[in-house]
Amino acid sequence: MAREAAMLLAPRRHSPARAEPLPLRLALLGLGVLFLLLVVVLPLVAVFTQAFEKGLRAYLGSLGQSDTMAAIKLTLVTAVIAVPLNTVFGVAAAWTLAKYRFPGRNILITLIDLPFTVSPVISGLVFVLLFGTRGIFGPWLDAHGHKIVFATPGIVLATIFVTFPFVAREILPALQAAGSASEEAALTLGAGGWRIVFRVTLPKIKWALIYGVILCNARAMGEFGAVSVVSGHIRGVTNTVPLQVEILYNEYDFVGAFAVASLLTLLALVTLVIKKVVEHRQARLFEGAER
Amino acid sequence: MKVRVEGLTKQFVAQGVPAVHGATFDGADGGITTLLGPSGSGKTTILRIIAGLETADQGTVLVGDENVMNIPVRRRGFGVVFQNFALFDHMTVRENIAFGLRARRASRADTEARVDELLALVQLEGYGDRFPSQLSGGQRQRVGFARALAPHPKLLLLDEPFGALDARVRAELREWLRRLHDVTHLTTIMVTHDQEEALDLSDRLVVMDRGRIQQVGAPSEVYESPATSFVASFVGSANVLHGRVLEGRAQIAATSFRVPSNTSDGAQVQAVVRPHDIHIARMPAETAASAAPSPVSGRIRRIVDLGTHMKLDLALTTGESVTVHVSRKELEPLALSEGDSVLVDLESARVFVEDYCV
Repeated sequence: MAREAAMLLAPRRHSPARAEPLPLRLALLGLGVLFLLLVVVLPLVAVFTQAFEKGLRAYLGSLGQSDTMAAIKLTLVTAVIAVPLNTVFGVAAAWTLAKYRFPGRNILITLIDLPFTVSPVISGLVFVLLFGTRGIFGPWLDAHGHKIVFATPGIVLATIFVTFPFVAREILPALQAAGSASEEAALTLGAGGWRIVFRVTLPKIKWALIYGVILCNARAMGEFGAVSVVSGHIRGVTNTVPLQVEILYNEYDFVGAFAVASLLTLLALVTLVIKKVVEHRQARLFEGAER
Repeated sequence: MKVRVEGLTKQFVAQGVPAVHGATFDGADGGITTLLGPSGSGKTTILRIIAGLETADQGTVLVGDENVMNIPVRRRGFGVVFQNFALFDHMTVRENIAFGLRARRASRADTEARVDELLALVQLEGYGDRFPSQLSGGQRQRVGFARALAPHPKLLLLDEPFGALDARVRAELREWLRRLHDVTHLTTIMVTHDQEEALDLSDRLVVMDRGRIQQVGAPSEVYESPATSFVASFVGSANVLHGRVLEGRAQIAATSFRVPSNTSDGAQVQAVVRPHDIHIARMPAETAASAAPSPVSGRIRRIVDLGTHMKLDLALTTGESVTVHVSRKELEPLALSEGDSVLVDLESARVFVEDYCV
């Protein structure tokens, strides 16, 4: 029994002689599982139990509310604009950083990480300070009848800002690792710039790119802080899904809040599954196994 | 196709010394020209300049009387084979070979026919639908050759084509390349640091050291009459002995050599002698020692049987050590063993007066 357990727990590719003693391994494993249950699994279960507390009908009913539907629509619109833009920007930025050496390159790398390091509240506030009524461009925008803050454009801008690093960060190492040998080969074979981009480079970093887009999308749909600042919380107009969860919760509509929250949770789970598949593909690609 | 490289000079910003300095040579028309030299000698830089992947500070490359320096890489129409294959890993073998044809907008039927032709030429029929990751190193490089040859290049450029392969595959592919070249007769310029490969494959050898061309010639010419002590020691194995000029003769290892008449006394000289050009003889009886024709003697430190010949490590009484190769047949009658003293004949050494223009 203990022997079997030891076999089960033995680290792979290590000789038994080098493994930690069994009690220590059991203790470490137990601690890890306990922590995971408490911090990840329990809340996850809680979300779905609360959402379905009053049955499927109540669940679907609260999702079907017009405000909630509007929030879902706004979130989708935001993601549909922000993710493709960040994909293009991300590829362009990573390309520039990987292929060229220029003064200020390191500053640019640091700047790309900025949205990760700045608090989301500040990220939102920046746009209020720029485009709000008392902001730098506010009076001009007002005069011309444009509205950015407390409207969809502000939400989209804040989302783009917060999710900017994902694509660039994922593909930069992939581009650097891939080097430029196959691009040089393509060039000597007579290929032009676009052919090289679409037939050689992008396929090479395909999985890293997909991975970056998935992460970018997950964050774009789930962003709370920055969007909260620029949204203005106008029901049915400028509320995204995460903001709608907060509003419903604050109104003690627990079933509604958790039903909407379950959507975000599902998104997270789907993201994890896709991420796993992509990682698997990537690993297979690098190992050079059969496709 | 005629190829001429003229006065090529390239200096990378970070380095003080030019990577290539005034390189001039003619490629062997329809043959294989090899740039041979140690790493950092500038040979790859020259190849990359010819390919268009690097720009030159000065000089020109003429291909068939046309200066190609201002033609962009993609329009030069040279096939390049890279050391690390540089295959498109996400494409099948067929797609890899077809890439250059598609880039030139060849018709589908022509492309398919040409790919089949090349798969046959590189003996990879039946491998067309595999991915590069499913091939061995040698097979991958053959795909590299097929891909480079597919669009009918004017010139084939090989950058250490066997450098990433193990010794056995290297030797196989060397034979294979010989046969391939006999079929295509494509003017080829190859870069290698492997002198055996260079001697074996080349019609013309360009020996390089520290950015400068040391000698250009047929392999046998370079081997038999090296122009500098570097060439002598880099192409083929050689013992290098140092000495000085005294009263118009080079004094090296107690042997006196003739030097050019304009050499001043005290100049540094080097004697380069191939291990199989050194003759040894048993020490005669003490009384006759002074009358011996060769004034140098040495002790045998080690005798190694290398199968094809015997290798002797000698410590000369003048302090230098030399390696001598003798056939088994020659060595047996001498009945020598380790620790014995022998007379050493260095007369066939080639003497070089060190140049000061380094």
